[in-house]
Amino acid sequence: MNLFPHIPSYLGTYGSLIQQQLTMALLSVLFGLIAAVPLALLCVRYPKIYPAMVALLTVIYSLPSIALFVLLVPSTGLTQTTVIIPLAFYSLAALVPNIVDGVRGIPEDVRLAAVAMGYTGIRRLVAVDLPLAVPPIMAGLRVATVGNISMVSVGTVIGVGAFGALFTAAAQLSRSDLAVTGIVCIVALALVCDLLLVITQRLLTPWNKRRSR
Amino acid sequence: MISFQQVGKTYPDGTVAVAATDLTADSGRITVLVGPSGSGKTTLLRMVNRMIEPTSGSILIDGVDVRSKPAPELRRGIGYVIQNAGLFPHRTVLANVMTVPRLLGWSKEKARERAMELLLTVGLEADHAKRYPFQLSGGQQQRVGVARALAADPPVLLMDEPFSAVDPVVRKDLQTELLRIQSELEKTILFVTHDIDEAILLGDRVAVLNTGGTLEQFDTPSELLAHPKNEFVEGFLGVDRGVRRLSFFSSGAVPLRPEPVVAVDAPPQEVLARKGTQPWLLVVDAETKPLGWLPAQQVPADGDLSRVPAADLVSYGHAFTVEAESLRAALDSAVLSPSSRAVGVDADGRVVGVASVEELVPAIRAAQDGSSPENGR
Repeated sequence: MNLFPHIPSYLGTYGSLIQQQLTMALLSVLFGLIAAVPLALLCVRYPKIYPAMVALLTVIYSLPSIALFVLLVPSTGLTQTTVIIPLAFYSLAALVPNIVDGVRGIPEDVRLAAVAMGYTGIRRLVAVDLPLAVPPIMAGLRVATVGNISMVSVGTVIGVGAFGALFTAAAQLSRSDLAVTGIVCIVALALVCDLLLVITQRLLTPWNKRRSR
Repeated sequence: MISFQQVGKTYPDGTVAVAATDLTADSGRITVLVGPSGSGKTTLLRMVNRMIEPTSGSILIDGVDVRSKPAPELRRGIGYVIQNAGLFPHRTVLANVMTVPRLLGWSKEKARERAMELLLTVGLEADHAKRYPFQLSGGQQQRVGVARALAADPPVLLMDEPFSAVDPVVRKDLQTELLRIQSELEKTILFVTHDIDEAILLGDRVAVLNTGGTLEQFDTPSELLAHPKNEFVEGFLGVDRGVRRLSFFSSGAVPLRPEPVVAVDAPPQEVLARKGTQPWLLVVDAETKPLGWLPAQQVPADGDLSRVPAADLVSYGHAFTVEAESLRAALDSAVLSPSSRAVGVDADGRVVGVASVEELVPAIRAAQDGSSPENGR
């Protein structure tokens, strides 16, 4: 069986599908991260709201993506935006707990030293707390990225599923080879992105003794 | 000078961490706060740089209330060394040391230059600069911690159990280094420890604190050992305070006798003559460095010491350096030696003479009865 068969031209080319898949997956992770940092810091600052935040994020994570796409179509149309918004929320749910744990996990003596050196709030956050939280943040980013790369394909229900379109076509045309191709491409993209994130983390944290893989 | 004036800390639940305390840490001296856990020593220390605010009283540094400027600004002017060093793991050694100068707005070049200079001061090498904390041993990390605290040349240094997490050998090194650095820099150091030996070794003055933050006694180490004010202080000092206090007296007063000392190549008739008057002979080499003790009855009949196998010489334990080392070292030398005699050597390790335990007693008596020790430490 040919692993990369010719795909019907109305579905697009391999190049365009890769581009769509990555655009939607990575933009949703990015937006998720941008929203997650302040939310997580809020939870660190006011620990009492954290359980409620976790509960809320769990609820969001449990919402079926198909339902969200359908609900969003009237306002955002059959566009990539409609796919990106729910996936950004899923990323948020994966990232917030990691950032909270990361910042809370800073060793007490390091935190004390930072205060005793005369760091003020924001400066300490930027210079000490966030850099030290990079490993858990990166772990969250990896989970969110791989998850979203897979989830994007559900967008095929509103016609913007990138490689997801191959699954619909496989069903309609009775061509299971298209489904296999879709799976292989998605897994490959996920692995490549994950590897890039691991490399990025290594470059960002040369100081990390326990290099997690 | 740091003065605590009726400083107290009571938590909202009524727990008293520090009872109203008056204490003065002299400029250019090491003042040690020592006590069991729960004695408020760390609380007292952290109130100086306002990491903890007192609920009563005030703290003045050189006459200025610590509350007269914003806490972060105050902290940048006070060095702080913490247990486990508390280095920033994501920064190189150099960047760690540059922290406070950078916060104070120094240029990168000036801060770097200063940091490199300090690494050498604390006994590290230039090629440690580019490493990350996890690549250093515990002792090296703590040296970096000290360098970081000294970076902006603050007049006051707060040290919060800085050496308690390293092994005893490294601790001894760090303590010696601290005393060396202090003799050059003369900072006003407030040092917290739960280890009374460390307090006695490092402190110019030692404050002994009891549970509930009560100050039991504030004195020089020698005074503390000689005259503990109450049972708590006495108990805290341990059962060997008399012997320990001898470390504050020079061994210069020890009467040393040269008669038992014979060179391994001494003429046989001389050896035989000594044998008649001395129960033990200390055999020394051609440079008068000690080789070991020989009981008189084991001296060869012909008086030729060179025939005595090295294994027959009894170890002298350790010698003490006359003047430079203390009466305690002299006593220890005598106690360790099977001959009950201490071996006194000069700075080059050449034997000056020996003294038995009995002969040490008058010097010890004079030290214990005398009003003050001859040397500070």
